[in-house]
Amino acid sequence: MMLDPAGWEALLLSLRVAFVATLCALPVALWLAWLLARREFPGKAVLSALVHLPLVLPPVVTGYLLLVAFGRNGPLGQFFEATLGLTFAFRWTGAALAAAIMGLPLMVRAIRLALEAVDPRLEQAAATLGTPRWAVFTRITLPLALPGVLAGAVMGFAKAMGEFGATITFVANIPGETQTLPSAIYALLQIPGQEGPAATLVLWAVAISVGAVLLSEWLARRLARRIGGRDAV
Amino acid sequence: MQFDLRLRHALPDLTLDIALQGGPGVTALFGPSGAGKTSIINAVAGLFRPDHGRMTLGDRVLFDDRVWLPPERRRMGYVFQDGRLFPHLTVRENLRFGAPYSADAPPLDEDTLIDLLALAPLLNRRPRTLSGGETQRVALARALLCAPQMLLMDEPLAALDGPRKEDILPYLDRVKSQAGIPILYVTHAVDEIARLADHVALLQNGRITLHGPVFDVLSDPAAMPLLGVREAGAILHAVVADHGADGLTRLSVGGQFMELPGVDAAPGEQLRLRILARDVILSRTRPEGLSARNILYTTIDALQTGRGPGTAVVLQLEGQRLLARVTDRSVADLALAPGQAVYAIVKSTSVARSAMMRLGQD
Repeated sequence: MMLDPAGWEALLLSLRVAFVATLCALPVALWLAWLLARREFPGKAVLSALVHLPLVLPPVVTGYLLLVAFGRNGPLGQFFEATLGLTFAFRWTGAALAAAIMGLPLMVRAIRLALEAVDPRLEQAAATLGTPRWAVFTRITLPLALPGVLAGAVMGFAKAMGEFGATITFVANIPGETQTLPSAIYALLQIPGQEGPAATLVLWAVAISVGAVLLSEWLARRLARRIGGRDAV
Repeated sequence: MQFDLRLRHALPDLTLDIALQGGPGVTALFGPSGAGKTSIINAVAGLFRPDHGRMTLGDRVLFDDRVWLPPERRRMGYVFQDGRLFPHLTVRENLRFGAPYSADAPPLDEDTLIDLLALAPLLNRRPRTLSGGETQRVALARALLCAPQMLLMDEPLAALDGPRKEDILPYLDRVKSQAGIPILYVTHAVDEIARLADHVALLQNGRITLHGPVFDVLSDPAAMPLLGVREAGAILHAVVADHGADGLTRLSVGGQFMELPGVDAAPGEQLRLRILARDVILSRTRPEGLSARNILYTTIDALQTGRGPGTAVVLQLEGQRLLARVTDRSVADLALAPGQAVYAIVKSTSVARSAMMRLGQD
């Protein structure tokens, strides 16, 4: 079960990519989910379709589109390079971007369901108490939807850990920079006689995924118990 | 502070077209289920936008055909039928929820309300563990702590059974007399009106068909069909005279005396007595040898024959009005006519405990 230095590198990189991807995608997912759950506006169906696109497109196609848009010569790539000094092409940041985009639809779906399950009559009650709209969201909607938001974040994290197709198309497979866990497993499997190290990486990948799901289940149960009304001591 | 509401709105199966004015004290909006009461109160709160209308509170315009203040800027306290406490917060956190958004001090501060509504033992509990009556008490305090300029109550007792309702009514009495703001109270329960309301507006087919002081409306035979023949009955002002050793209390009603059991009020206190029209028996002569002990000398004000075999008789009693319902045959047999003197006989046990209430600042 011990990892060699290259394996460690891939594992740590994957964790970093997944955390950054989840943290950056979460606010966006929250906002999109809230728009889709609570607002009516023209083009809502189009927005919903766009958000879900990465779910149905072949990952290679998503990766290619990211390359076109966020590559060194892509319009968005140049924009971020010029304004924030942020480069995506062939960097771990690009891997995080790919993972975020691929995880977004899963997060939006879970969070949207959770927001829709919050009783809008409680939000009305909060409004009659003088609560501004943003505070209704942060003090009523979000806390009540938190188990679902958490589930969405874990889904996004798991997806980010496992993302392969879009990542390898967008940022290639550079050890130490963009070689995440799946890329590393794929690379090892291309070389005869490396089945052992590959199997070790596979076991780690499974362990992390199972751990993330267990952690989220435990947290969700705790949160649900709090909302579900045990008295404060 | 006065409010002035006008509103027109086409609902799927009826059109609301109402005008309602009121001031401090309880204005009860009474109507059967599906009469559009909740639409009206939600329009006042800003949760529902009617086709047309205008509402002012004091000199503030809450909405008209151009203006539409969102609920968070209306300063309306709203007690919902189901309480709507926030389940993820404790009672104390619920009470303080609106405090950050209100610039004014509430009319009754937190300690006063906790005391008035007996909330101290509930403060650390979660809404889901509260009974229906406790929930409504918390909801009431929560609404008042936002320093509202008007209080809206949408059938706040409808979800409670009889005894629970009885538990919470005294609290409402107290808040009513101490909050000092207009209260719009939507209900379809006549006993709540008799107990709490200062003014009553009757909603029928989308319009307000009768509106006035509670004493006038409840003793108006025209209101009988809407209130329900079994529920119809006037309210009398009474003053506690003295308590007898046998548990009966003497009450003065315009100089005449009634004797009632189980009156929990000190001599000199004023009470409202709700006397159901069906519990009043009329006699042309002073009855002798009768077990009923409450015999009031009255004058017939008006007779109104309605549908069915009953006649509503409006009785005058030292400036107050009492309502009796007798059969058409009795009217004929006794030759009852306006201006005539009759004795109204009320069984003391028929004056329900719930019909009595202290009069605050009436």
